[in-house]
Amino acid sequence: MKSEPDEIKTGKSGDAAEGGISRREFLVRAGATGAFLAGAAAGGYALWQPKHFVPGFESEKGLQLPSYALEPNKTLPSLAIAHGADHDKTIRAAIGALGGMSRFIRKGDVVMIKPNVAFDTPPALAATTHPETLRAVAKLVLEAGAARVFIADNPINSPAGCFLKSGLRQVADDLNVDLLYPESGSFAPLQLDGEVLRNWTFFHEPFKKATKVIGVAPCKDHNLCHASMTMKNWYGLLGGRRSQFHQYIHSIVSDFALMMKPTLVVLDGMNVLMKNGPTGGRLSDVKPMNMVVAGTDMVAVDSYGYTHLLERDLAELTYIHKAHDRGLGNKNWKDTLYKEVQA
Amino acid sequence: MGYFLSPLRGWVEGKRNGFPAPIPQVFSQFCHAMKTRTVRRIAQVFFFSLFLFFVFVTDLRYLKGYPVSLFLELDPLVSFATAITTHTVYLGLLWSLLLIIPTLLFGRIFCNWICPYGILHHFIGWLMGKRRAEERERIEANRYKKLYSLKYVILIGMIVAAVFGSLQIGWLDPICLFHRSMTAAILPMLNLFFPSSVYVRQYFHAGAWVIGFLLVFLVGMNVVIPRFFCRVLCPLGAFLGTLSTVALWRIDRDPHKCVDCDLCLKSCEGASDPHTQLRKSECFVCFNCIEDCPEDAISFKFMPPLQREIAAPVVPGRRAFLGTLLGLTFYAFGRASGASDRNYDKKVIRPPGSVEEKDFLERCIKCDQCLRTCPTNVLQPALLESGLEGIWTPILNMKLGYCEVNCTLCGQVCPTGAIQRITIEEKTGLGPFAGEGPIRLGTAFFDHGRCLPWAMETPCVVCEEVCPVSPKAIYSREVTITKRDGNPITLRRPYVDPALCIGCGICEHECPVTDEAAIRVTAVGETRSRDRRLLMDGGVTSAVRDLEKRQR
Repeated sequence: MKSEPDEIKTGKSGDAAEGGISRREFLVRAGATGAFLAGAAAGGYALWQPKHFVPGFESEKGLQLPSYALEPNKTLPSLAIAHGADHDKTIRAAIGALGGMSRFIRKGDVVMIKPNVAFDTPPALAATTHPETLRAVAKLVLEAGAARVFIADNPINSPAGCFLKSGLRQVADDLNVDLLYPESGSFAPLQLDGEVLRNWTFFHEPFKKATKVIGVAPCKDHNLCHASMTMKNWYGLLGGRRSQFHQYIHSIVSDFALMMKPTLVVLDGMNVLMKNGPTGGRLSDVKPMNMVVAGTDMVAVDSYGYTHLLERDLAELTYIHKAHDRGLGNKNWKDTLYKEVQA
Repeated sequence: MGYFLSPLRGWVEGKRNGFPAPIPQVFSQFCHAMKTRTVRRIAQVFFFSLFLFFVFVTDLRYLKGYPVSLFLELDPLVSFATAITTHTVYLGLLWSLLLIIPTLLFGRIFCNWICPYGILHHFIGWLMGKRRAEERERIEANRYKKLYSLKYVILIGMIVAAVFGSLQIGWLDPICLFHRSMTAAILPMLNLFFPSSVYVRQYFHAGAWVIGFLLVFLVGMNVVIPRFFCRVLCPLGAFLGTLSTVALWRIDRDPHKCVDCDLCLKSCEGASDPHTQLRKSECFVCFNCIEDCPEDAISFKFMPPLQREIAAPVVPGRRAFLGTLLGLTFYAFGRASGASDRNYDKKVIRPPGSVEEKDFLERCIKCDQCLRTCPTNVLQPALLESGLEGIWTPILNMKLGYCEVNCTLCGQVCPTGAIQRITIEEKTGLGPFAGEGPIRLGTAFFDHGRCLPWAMETPCVVCEEVCPVSPKAIYSREVTITKRDGNPITLRRPYVDPALCIGCGICEHECPVTDEAAIRVTAVGETRSRDRRLLMDGGVTSAVRDLEKRQR
């Protein structure tokens, strides 16, 4: 009936079966149990959380972003305006007026280029950075000896579609540079002492290695904050519930000037989205202006863009004044060292 | 033979293996005066009554600082599993070490001496007539079955899910299960039959019948298999069984004295095969076999020979793999619905002090102690609102209650910190916490089509009256309109200030439109989660301060 080993039934299992155990076996078995117990106690105590916390109010510091700006230069212009019909030539002229790309990019630099790819629209609608503009800037950066170039943005529409249909993926493929999608692991909290922006999810991946940052923005009408240019372009570096930004849009856009100190910004004014922004949608919303504005001061670049590309009154552009008043740039671009050239 | 601690007589009476006796003479005499079974029954009655006492006093009227979640805090599976998910051991969960000690020394004594749910099944099994059955039948009912390894498969599945941050032990952990059954089904049932015996006003719980019938089913299964739950399903039993692998004392059969009558199986609670090699991980240490043995062949021994035991649980690799697969798929399919992410349900309004949703799923053990202690009955066991993983976790239903502003009882009884043990000041954002502002559970929204002053030319604003924050989150504007009959009427039409609303839901609860209120709280705007906030800066406490300044 019962199946059990003979040795158990007959008790032929040596001395251990009867009359106690050896000292050695006692030590081994008691030691194992003791070690287990000590391990549980030590582990439990080490992991002990003796205090509660208040969820949602944990003071967690985010990362600080370094400045990518160059030392101020008193002899070279900080703002350049180039006129021309060809993207490549006009951008070369604008950068040339600032002293050439070698002023900004050194051999071995890792360069993050931030286009505005917010929407899944074709280049002709001018809601995104034009691929030829990006191509020209990226080529200059590569010519200047950059070791690596990243192109990254966190669009509003689906990332893959935006990069594909805006034509920017093609540029990245052609030039063999890295295009970084905003994957879920690419973000980390950023710490800022902004007017509204204090601790927010940031697209950190491209900045882990970058030594220089260039913003390449289209010039667009915007339904809420009037215009989306080089300052507003940094919106695409943030994650989380960005739709809340619209509750304080001018504060937020001026906070971007505090958040990001780029090496260089390029405002693409070849074709300007004059109305129905920031999405556009009809070719009649777009006006050819055949201009490229480049500079080291975003506030000056955007001031020029608002008055000369969108052709509007700067008085209504609250975020420019906020940024100027906070000392984050100079809205009086005429007071800066600037140069206007013809491609 | 057969007297309490007689198995330890070597230690009680004198020397064993050359070690001195640790127990004084007087105690040993006391122990000899009482049968082991009697002492065990006293312990069982004590712990079961203690459990019922805690369940009963988990009520604002009686709660005087009793450690009502003590059994949950003693439960080592709760602390072990939450340590896996959160890498911490929250507050009182450290008490579980107390239970690990006797388990590592004596095996699963918890199951038959302390566990209130185990005691319930033991008692029911006894009551349901097995004791009157034929001796042979009883012996056969208590033989080990392969089915009994199922609990290890379940435990493996739960641990695997926990590794990924999905805490699911609460489904079957006996303490969680028993607390939940008492809270959601048994106490409301008692109060239905004996009004006002448990509650001032009858409590209701969503899906109470599921929880109730599950209890009935598990208890009823004792007729088919004695201690069905404990032997087949219990993940805590599986956990303790695993720990007891290294236990130093165990039941031991002397093969020289044994006549193979198998009578030791007659009242064997654990089905641990005391008649042959003892399955150490299955033994509940009830000591029945010692008393049932006519030959005096069984005793409780210190370090008996290893050849006469099966120390570790027997779980074939294929079954362990099945358990792993169970845990992986449960986590993945549950998570894939997005219920804890962007696809969250507006009804998942968590109690005040709750951690962010994914952390909540790492901590909540579905014991529903918060439901039991809630003074307004607003807390409900979720059905599918928070996804597969969140079944029976607490959510607020403003139809049944509202969150009392000056109350943090749910956090006080939560053993795992799914609801943190916050203070009133931390909840309301007063005193030193003014800078942070209040904890918000959600935001109230008006449904103008159902609101009396907005749609039906009828004065009301009960919502504004009961709004408990100062300044009020609900305010009204006076309007004079021409009524249908041509006469003018002046009404106050209510609005919500989202920067002030804390989502307590009393407006919804008190709204005269009782089936679907004209103002309803949804989860958006809750402070515990960044992604679910409504306002930039989490509700702008500075705006609150500005408003206060203006009012002064």
